Amino acid sequence: MVTWLQEKWFYVVIMALALIVPFFVPNRYIFQIIIMSCLFAIGALSLNLILGYTGQASLAHGAFFGIGAYGVAILTTTLGWSFWAALPVAALSSAFLGLIVGIPALRTRGAYFAIATLCLGEIVVLVAGNWTGLTGGQNGIVGIKPPDAIPIPMIGEISFQSQTSQYYLVLAFLLLTIFIMHRLVYSLKGLTFMAIRNNEVLAEAVGINTTKAKLLSFVVANFFAGMAGGIYASLISSISPSVASLKITFDFLLYVLLGGAASLAGPILGAFALPVLMEYLQFLHGYQMIVFGVLLVVVIIYCPRGLMGGITNLLAKINNKRMGS
Amino acid sequence: MDLFLQQIFNGVMLGSTYAIVALGLTLVYGILQIPNFAHGHMYMLGAYVCFFLITVVAIPYWPAVAVTAAFMAGGGVVLEWLAYRPLRHESPINSLIAALGALIVLENGVIALWGPQGHRIGNPFPAVFDVLGITMSGQRLLVIVIGVALMLLLQLFIKKTTLGSTIEAVAQNQEGAMLVGINVNLVSSLTFAISTGLAAVAACLVAPIFMISPSMGAMLGMKAFIICILGGLGSVPGAIFGGLILGLIEALGGGYISSAYKDVFAFGALVLILAIKPTGLFGKEVQGRW
Amino acid sequence: MLLQGERLVKHFGGTVAVDDVTFNVNKGEILAIIGPNGAGKSVLFSLISGLHKPTSGKITFQGEDITGFKSHMISRRGMARTFQLTALFDELRVVDNLALGYQKRTTGGTNFWATLLHSAGWKADKATMEAKILETLGFIGLEEKALELVSTLSQGEQRRLSIGIALVSDPELILFDEPTGGLIQKDTDEITHLIRKVNQTGVTVCLIEHKMRMIMDLANRIVVLNYGSQIAEGAPAEVAANPEVIEAYLGRKRDA
Repeated sequence: MVTWLQEKWFYVVIMALALIVPFFVPNRYIFQIIIMSCLFAIGALSLNLILGYTGQASLAHGAFFGIGAYGVAILTTTLGWSFWAALPVAALSSAFLGLIVGIPALRTRGAYFAIATLCLGEIVVLVAGNWTGLTGGQNGIVGIKPPDAIPIPMIGEISFQSQTSQYYLVLAFLLLTIFIMHRLVYSLKGLTFMAIRNNEVLAEAVGINTTKAKLLSFVVANFFAGMAGGIYASLISSISPSVASLKITFDFLLYVLLGGAASLAGPILGAFALPVLMEYLQFLHGYQMIVFGVLLVVVIIYCPRGLMGGITNLLAKINNKRMGS
Repeated sequence: MDLFLQQIFNGVMLGSTYAIVALGLTLVYGILQIPNFAHGHMYMLGAYVCFFLITVVAIPYWPAVAVTAAFMAGGGVVLEWLAYRPLRHESPINSLIAALGALIVLENGVIALWGPQGHRIGNPFPAVFDVLGITMSGQRLLVIVIGVALMLLLQLFIKKTTLGSTIEAVAQNQEGAMLVGINVNLVSSLTFAISTGLAAVAACLVAPIFMISPSMGAMLGMKAFIICILGGLGSVPGAIFGGLILGLIEALGGGYISSAYKDVFAFGALVLILAIKPTGLFGKEVQGRW
Repeated sequence: MLLQGERLVKHFGGTVAVDDVTFNVNKGEILAIIGPNGAGKSVLFSLISGLHKPTSGKITFQGEDITGFKSHMISRRGMARTFQLTALFDELRVVDNLALGYQKRTTGGTNFWATLLHSAGWKADKATMEAKILETLGFIGLEEKALELVSTLSQGEQRRLSIGIALVSDPELILFDEPTGGLIQKDTDEITHLIRKVNQTGVTVCLIEHKMRMIMDLANRIVVLNYGSQIAEGAPAEVAANPEVIEAYLGRKRDA
């Protein structure tokens, strides 16, 4: 059964479309939504690694996103570092913190792990809001510069002041993330993660060190969350403790679950579809979120594998019809 | 010494509130095998319903509490029926999402009806007692007294009545309970009703002391989880002890070390405990569906 | 002696599941462990494979003391097992299951960086693995179902796959926990035949079963457990005639 989702040329077309987006985008507002969606897609893809593929419900993802954001913010404003030096350090800090909390936290399973990560996330928000000396407390950090220009010998430099350049920057990082996730997931290592999600006891019995594997998945996921957060801080120029909040975690969760967990396209789809949906619901003003909440419940009951699940089902049905049932 | 005793009193008051809310959560965990993430928000709704009844409908305090408890019990049944029952046999993460949807509706519904700012309910017991150097406000004392009474009543209910042991039976083995003719759906609804009703009473008792706001549910919900984990998900005595311990940690930590970071102690304590004993203080090795 | 368990005891709360059991498994043989339900056979397996830690006692495998080791560490030392309720990765395909069974034999191939960069080591590992999976598929007779999801397999096929998962990593010892439980006669015979084939390739087999005919046919030696302790041990004919064994299974003969 070959669906056109698996054809290489489909992705080439998508890539081509992605590259020419800046020429067709109607206004700054929509462009900003697209840029943010690309950024959140990175966050959603990384959450998908630990949640969708490895089956561990980390509710601290927003916190690690926030750590990356604060990392870049503090290093570039207070210490005057270049964005290009600050970003890897911020992402690595996020990963390192993930390692430290992961070692005790991953000894817990299921609901306990969810709650433990929930609490860890809250601790990060509380510290960010109260450690005024480092983080600016509730006021956060303002005046974060966009990424420093990259000098190119003989031609000049690429600056990142314009939306278009920022779009290509985010697109590049998104592609990098997709590439790494793809390599990781379509491999024995990826199978190992899925084995843990499917049947942890059997995974141990066949010789998989599940603790190490879970930790790896968690640390990698948090690295990318931190990376996304760092880029976010630089583009949005000011951050506050809300950047590490549960709301961000829930956003990522929704993108992954409604887009379709345990697939690479799902979280990306979710990261674009949901903000678009929210925009459409804007006209409802105060009732926007209520409708959203109701939609959430309805979708998860009737379409649990998310958009991707719905799409693959549809394609399977079309394929069956074509082959003559 | 005075400060210490005062904080103990506050801690017991806080703890009683936490214990009642946690009790509801732990009861429902026994039935659902997953925690009800919308529990904190139902508590919050209870506070607002009480506020509505007292300020708009203008009925006196105690009748308002009774009506709120009944209404919220019904609300709990509706929540279970709408969001949890259809997902009973699916992956637990789906129920998490449904709960998320529910709490988004609850929080924004409350904001739409009463605005995002906080509100106050008049204090029905302004009397203040001075015992052993501790200042005990009437309302706070009431919280402790009623709280303890409810805990005892619940424990008696579970252990001594047929209905109570039916709930325990379903919590232990759903299929087995069905096989002996227990109507699991009914028990499920009943447990939710009790759980949410209890939370509503706690909310009404505490509302005159602190302000009510749409976000009060989230923090409390998280602390209720912490307590259930400390005490072991599904354990009634665990929820009671856990609630009191958390209340004391918060009051003492907040009073002596730093009130800004008081929540950090609660969360930190939890993570520490889970790191040492991954199934909670009194948790058993065998867990729920997750 | 490939595997030796000395004075093994396991308490679960107040219950004594395994009560001072000493036994050994010789290289190349088929040892059967039998006993009435609740006799502690599966618990014994879980002690050997590392799922649970013994309350006291010692386990030696290939000369190494493995008491208290976790299951993945024991698995990596050349032991594999199947479970009573078919344990498979049911969200994945047949080949994926076998790949996971093979996984512990890969050298640097599952290393994070090797995976990311598709290093030469990774590619070599992949090739060896694919060859071995193909071989195992042939051995268990599931070549045609290679790319199918496990959920589409029949009961018998699923059992064969679980044996395949144990086999694909070239273990020294395989523990089979009631491999024919719940199977119809045709599938039972198939599995019995497969286990014999496995043993003939040099793999030592330790087997828990209830079907007496199958045991008598297959086993070189039998150990009998009852209420957690060992009540008999020896060649099949010996054990079958042992009065304690008969009593354990059938109850005491009442004097008229």
